[in-house]
Amino acid sequence: MTYTPLTPGEREAMLQAIGVQKMEDLFQDVPARHRFPSLDLPPALTEMEAAAELAELAAANETVRDLVSFLGAGAYHHYIPAAVDHILRRGEFYTAYTPYQPEISQGTLQAIFEYQSLLCALTGMEVSNASHYDGATAVAESVNLAYAQFRGKRTKVVISPSVHPQYRATLRTYVQGMGLTLAGDAPETVTGDEVTAAHLEPLIDENTALVIVQYPDFFGRIYDYTALIQTAHAKGALVCVAANPIALGLLKTPGEMGADIVVGEGQPLGIPLSFGGPYLGFFTTRKQYVHKMAGRLVGETVDDRGQRAYVLTLTAREQHIKRERATSNICSNQGLMALASAVYLSLLGKRGLRQVAELCYHKAHYAAEQIVKIPGFTYCFDTPFFHEFAICCPRPVDEINAHLLEHGILGGYDLGQDYPALKDHLLIAVTEMNTKEEIDALVEVLSEVSHD
Amino acid sequence: MTDELTPKVVEPTLYELSSPGRAGVTFPDPDVPRAKLPDSLLRADLPLPELAEVDVIRHYLRLSHFNYSVDGGFYPLGSCTMKYNPKINEDMARLPGFAFTHPLQPVETVQGNLVLMYTLQEWLKEISGLAAVSLQPAAGAHGELTGVLMMRAYHRARGDDKRVKMLIPDSAHGTNPASSAMSGMTVVQIPSDRRGNVDLEALKAACDDTVAGLMLTNPNTLGLFDEHIEEVIRIVHDCGGLVYGDGANLNALLGIVRPGDLGFDVMHFNLHKTFSTPHGGGGPGSGPVGAAAHLADFLPSPIVGVIEAGDGETPPLYGFIEPKQTIGRVKAFHGHFGMLVRAFTYIAMHGRDGLRTVAENAVLNANYLLARLRGVYPIPYDRICMHEFVAEGKIAGSDVRALDIAKRLMDYDFHPPTNYFPLIVHEALMIEPTETENKQTLDAFAEALIKIAEEAKTAPDLLKSAPHKTPFGRMDEVKAARDLVLCCWAPESYSNQRE
Repeated sequence: MTYTPLTPGEREAMLQAIGVQKMEDLFQDVPARHRFPSLDLPPALTEMEAAAELAELAAANETVRDLVSFLGAGAYHHYIPAAVDHILRRGEFYTAYTPYQPEISQGTLQAIFEYQSLLCALTGMEVSNASHYDGATAVAESVNLAYAQFRGKRTKVVISPSVHPQYRATLRTYVQGMGLTLAGDAPETVTGDEVTAAHLEPLIDENTALVIVQYPDFFGRIYDYTALIQTAHAKGALVCVAANPIALGLLKTPGEMGADIVVGEGQPLGIPLSFGGPYLGFFTTRKQYVHKMAGRLVGETVDDRGQRAYVLTLTAREQHIKRERATSNICSNQGLMALASAVYLSLLGKRGLRQVAELCYHKAHYAAEQIVKIPGFTYCFDTPFFHEFAICCPRPVDEINAHLLEHGILGGYDLGQDYPALKDHLLIAVTEMNTKEEIDALVEVLSEVSHD
Repeated sequence: MTDELTPKVVEPTLYELSSPGRAGVTFPDPDVPRAKLPDSLLRADLPLPELAEVDVIRHYLRLSHFNYSVDGGFYPLGSCTMKYNPKINEDMARLPGFAFTHPLQPVETVQGNLVLMYTLQEWLKEISGLAAVSLQPAAGAHGELTGVLMMRAYHRARGDDKRVKMLIPDSAHGTNPASSAMSGMTVVQIPSDRRGNVDLEALKAACDDTVAGLMLTNPNTLGLFDEHIEEVIRIVHDCGGLVYGDGANLNALLGIVRPGDLGFDVMHFNLHKTFSTPHGGGGPGSGPVGAAAHLADFLPSPIVGVIEAGDGETPPLYGFIEPKQTIGRVKAFHGHFGMLVRAFTYIAMHGRDGLRTVAENAVLNANYLLARLRGVYPIPYDRICMHEFVAEGKIAGSDVRALDIAKRLMDYDFHPPTNYFPLIVHEALMIEPTETENKQTLDAFAEALIKIAEEAKTAPDLLKSAPHKTPFGRMDEVKAARDLVLCCWAPESYSNQRE
């Protein structure tokens, strides 16, 4: 076999050294009636054949390169500088394990330490962990933090209906054994307008552990949550803001607004769309909550030669030490994706990230302004937005998207799937990857729909 | 002394390398009119570093040189299956046809992805002997959480609400009790017997009508296949409980035995262990979950299925299906698709016979190392092992500890084994060579450990102060936890007023 280098002669010698006759003798503890099943799998392919088969599968897809894409809804097509993948392809990074042996893992450890620093800078927070699986699970883990902070005595979580539907679904799954109630989010009835402080504030009470909002929200809207956060704090509750990291290149940070936890989907920071994963859940908080935070954490120290160095620290929070009393069961993080985002942020830097954020903002606003000039298409919300916006359409969204696809355009997200009250509402995302010509083409095809 | 007060900097941080005005990448000016920015919602400052591309590349290159990796050498880290990661897998995951697909595209435009996922589900079903698979969970622990929530949902769907106890052997990974606790279960620890098996009497005593199930790693973290596996499973089933299989050690079982045939009800796969998707310095992993027929309807949503049957002319249309009694979604989108592509490539290149060869060679390598080290280090459970074994880092006539032996191995250019786990062995050294290592490497590793056993007696201080030849020495872990420097800039200047 390709990746098992022992020769028949070596295997013989090794069996002899072990003191058994044949390979089968090593498996005597396995119940005989189930031993050595015949697996109904295809015969092995050589690398050449496998490469051809995979290429054929890949070619059966249409991609955001083949099509012009205005699809976002939690995963965004951004430019990834070439240098990012060159670093990720270093075997020293991607074939290393979790840095439990710091003497020979300083590359990973310093890279995570810097990632933590960059994420704190971006969110305006004080502490970042080494990452979670994705934005959805990072939101779910924010509940674990709040639950631990109040030692399970507060049992209510208020969540805005304009948090990503899949994040809310994930949260529901996570809390089903925890005895928590969720409030603020009844998917059947919401129209999406309820995110305003006026709607959520009455729900926050002395039993509320956590309030969760999104920024920009699922509809792309940007709100200053300062007042809502003050209300929550007055009731003693914590507030988690799920943020888009590209938007934070331009917008006021949730840290400035007073958030206790800032999480989000890090995919826009140099990670390919890759049909939904692997992505990056970032998780930042205030230093006062660090002992309640889940996940790995890197801290600075010195080695016995007086050199500055880094180690995994506060590990007593984690499952391999605390077992059932750990802050979470998380073990694997998204180490390599965290590295991707750190390389991306260090390449773009202070000016580059702002540039990308502004490009997204300007292009999205141009697109929105052109679209609402078409008869029958109107804004759903009269609220500032970042790079994504909801449009009320004159026809069902699936018809519009089918028509767009015929013209090589990947349309937006059909909001009616998750919000029945938002039937015929299309969520359109625009990034720096969309040229003016592409936007104009979108507007033109939408105009045809309007005329039909 | 200044030297002791001011640590020597081996590699500056990104912030220390930053110089105002530099940029590694720039973007074009907008080709549309500029819109008015929302003044009240803009941030004042963006404290990111400023570096040229060459600065960034050199920084990360230098950092990479500080890492030990599978590409660089032998990594016998017990329980982690640090096998070689074939390069073709990396290339396949990066094919533009995969990498540039959006997770919410119409299914008609991503049939390649869906065929791949469907086929991988089928293959994992066949390998495990289970009835259905969801590829959604992101890692092993995530798969455990999924599986435990499924067990909980199964009992509740039958009106059996009192099953709140999860039985977990004392040799289990810490994720098992943590996942159970997150699902609202009470953990009951089951001891191991003298031969490293689940203690049957203790198991029987713990089994009653409040037991949701047993979480079992088999082979266990001692590297031993439970000699009474079918009886263990029967005892749990007889009290109405379910058996969860922690797939961390599946590498030993490929083509050897199928967990489903043994009676496991639900299990997770670690694609990043068994199927060679790389560990990435801590992740991403991928932890699909398989279920026997009676649990299939509880799998997390969605899974890939045929949504329109094909006929002779047209192929079937694949899409997403929600299992009838699903526990719900465990993450956004459809799982770690990039890792699924790698695992698919790996299984395709091994086929029906190659997977058994993988397990056989993994077990052979472990037993060979065990044979070479027997008599040098104590072996607390000395049986034929599976893909790994546990030795004790104790040398007669020396006070060195497992930690010292582990650190000294670095001077011989080997990654140490897992140490101090499993918890039931004092001074544990848990060694998993994997099938991708050749005999020369195993011999060199055994000889290094034999030499270190000698050094433990003749020059113990050499071990206690090891490593010596690595770029960094032992760390002051207490200082890290006490000072809690978690950022390389001063976030205080940036934080708001609330306290």
